[in-house]
Amino acid sequence: MKKEVLKVLSNEKLTETIFEMRLSGSSPMLPGQFVELLIPGFSLRRPFSVAEYDKGILTIIYKVMGRGTEEMTTIKKNTKIDTLTGLGRGFSLSGSEHPLLIGGGIGIAPLIYLARVLYEREKSVKILLCGRCNNDLIKQEEIGKYGEVFFATDDGSCGFKGNALEAAQSLFKQTDHYYACGPMPMLKALATNNKKGELSLEAHMGCGFGACMGCSIQTTDGPKRVCKEGPVFQAGEVIF
Amino acid sequence: METEKISLGTQLFGYQLDNPIIPASGTFGFGYEFADYYDINILGSISLKGTTKEARYGNPLPRIAECPSGMINAIGLQNPGVEKVRTEELSKLKRYYSKKVIANVGGHSFEEYVYVSSAFNDSESVLAVELNVSCPNVKGGGLVFGNDPEVLGRLVKEVKKSCTKPLIVKLSPNVKDISEMAISAESNGADAISAINTLLGMRIDLKTRKPVISVGKGGYSGKGVFPVAVKMVNDIFKAVSIPIIGMGGISSSYDVIEMMMAGARCVMVGTANLIDPYACKEIIEELPITMKKLGICNLSEIVGCASI
Repeated sequence: MKKEVLKVLSNEKLTETIFEMRLSGSSPMLPGQFVELLIPGFSLRRPFSVAEYDKGILTIIYKVMGRGTEEMTTIKKNTKIDTLTGLGRGFSLSGSEHPLLIGGGIGIAPLIYLARVLYEREKSVKILLCGRCNNDLIKQEEIGKYGEVFFATDDGSCGFKGNALEAAQSLFKQTDHYYACGPMPMLKALATNNKKGELSLEAHMGCGFGACMGCSIQTTDGPKRVCKEGPVFQAGEVIF
Repeated sequence: METEKISLGTQLFGYQLDNPIIPASGTFGFGYEFADYYDINILGSISLKGTTKEARYGNPLPRIAECPSGMINAIGLQNPGVEKVRTEELSKLKRYYSKKVIANVGGHSFEEYVYVSSAFNDSESVLAVELNVSCPNVKGGGLVFGNDPEVLGRLVKEVKKSCTKPLIVKLSPNVKDISEMAISAESNGADAISAINTLLGMRIDLKTRKPVISVGKGGYSGKGVFPVAVKMVNDIFKAVSIPIIGMGGISSSYDVIEMMMAGARCVMVGTANLIDPYACKEIIEELPITMKKLGICNLSEIVGCASI
């Protein structure tokens, strides 16, 4: 973990409710790790997964959920933001030759960086993007550069009509390990069905670096903190 | 005034603290994880995560809700249990911290408080036991002991019979008259008071129309509670003569001095650690500079000076 002042390079709208912010001045980050931004006027820092990292430039993709993220959409270029970088433990990057990445909604964000790193390590990457409708399936083109992409939507507006688990069934047979990030019901369904994977979890956090125990989940190995031992957990260890 | 002549030192139970800054229980884990960020030996002492007899997971998530000037938490005393704290956590901390620490003890019954507080009798690195009689987040827990002066008095008396460490009683602000609680603790043998614990609070998620916190309510802390804490520490200062460890919303060296002027001998910094892991370090570094600005040579000269 490092406390750093990052500078906003851009803050752009991707869809009606999803924005992408690029910041400079960050220490190295691994896929699956997260940062915490202190938004002026708000008490607690807000955790965001890293959607891309390259030579000090960090990308986060955020969804407007409440007043904090709403305020974030007004942040201008060159604004300086007090940030904790390098938080949490990310995805394992070795051990799988045929990985499947499963992203649900805003959970697609950390899989972009992961997909690029796995692609650069010459893995045969398959990516399943899931959402309620086509509009939820962000960054299709960018992520498509790193592997074979599949789509699933609840309303059938893009790709397979149905949920992530239904869409993943046939892909599980062609892959040896999966990485998933998305809503809890999606992660639970995947983990119940297939233990050979990793899940990136989300939680309300007090601190983000292991001090307050605000985000502890139950695992087969006792309580673990999403911010410190996570946010990435083995699919088999999380007790839902 | 020269900065070299400024003294931050203070005494607690005859033990010399290099400065009055102590991270508050529940905001600093068992301390050693902060050693990754800075040399924690600069801290006056450390109050460890609240400990119970058995291991506890605590409350379901979400346990945290943001507030305009702080946060609400309802962790529910997650801890690995006293045996593990005594044998594993304390020795881990010893590798990074050479001074003495404060063991914070929670409980659900007289027996549990007595058992856990006396479990530290032989722990050389424990300076004192802090009795958390005011945790708002445990069902049937501390709060019952924390809002009736008579029950509190009996508890303190029981614990003092078997606990050989100096006893700090941590008081709740969610009471009719905090001075009464302090008087009861003092007259039954408490060696110090720490105050204030969190204020009961609640936030509602406007979309789900339900409380943000899984168990409904929790303890409000952070900058917003500071004036309440200053007033209560001053009330306690006027009521008892044992030392007071002041806390509640402290986030700068100015707050430290104000809390000491209200009557605190030393202070605990809580929520500020969660927003900035370097908060205690920064406060310790800026304290002599602020003292110089205010013409304070020695912190002991200001303790309780604001009482009227």
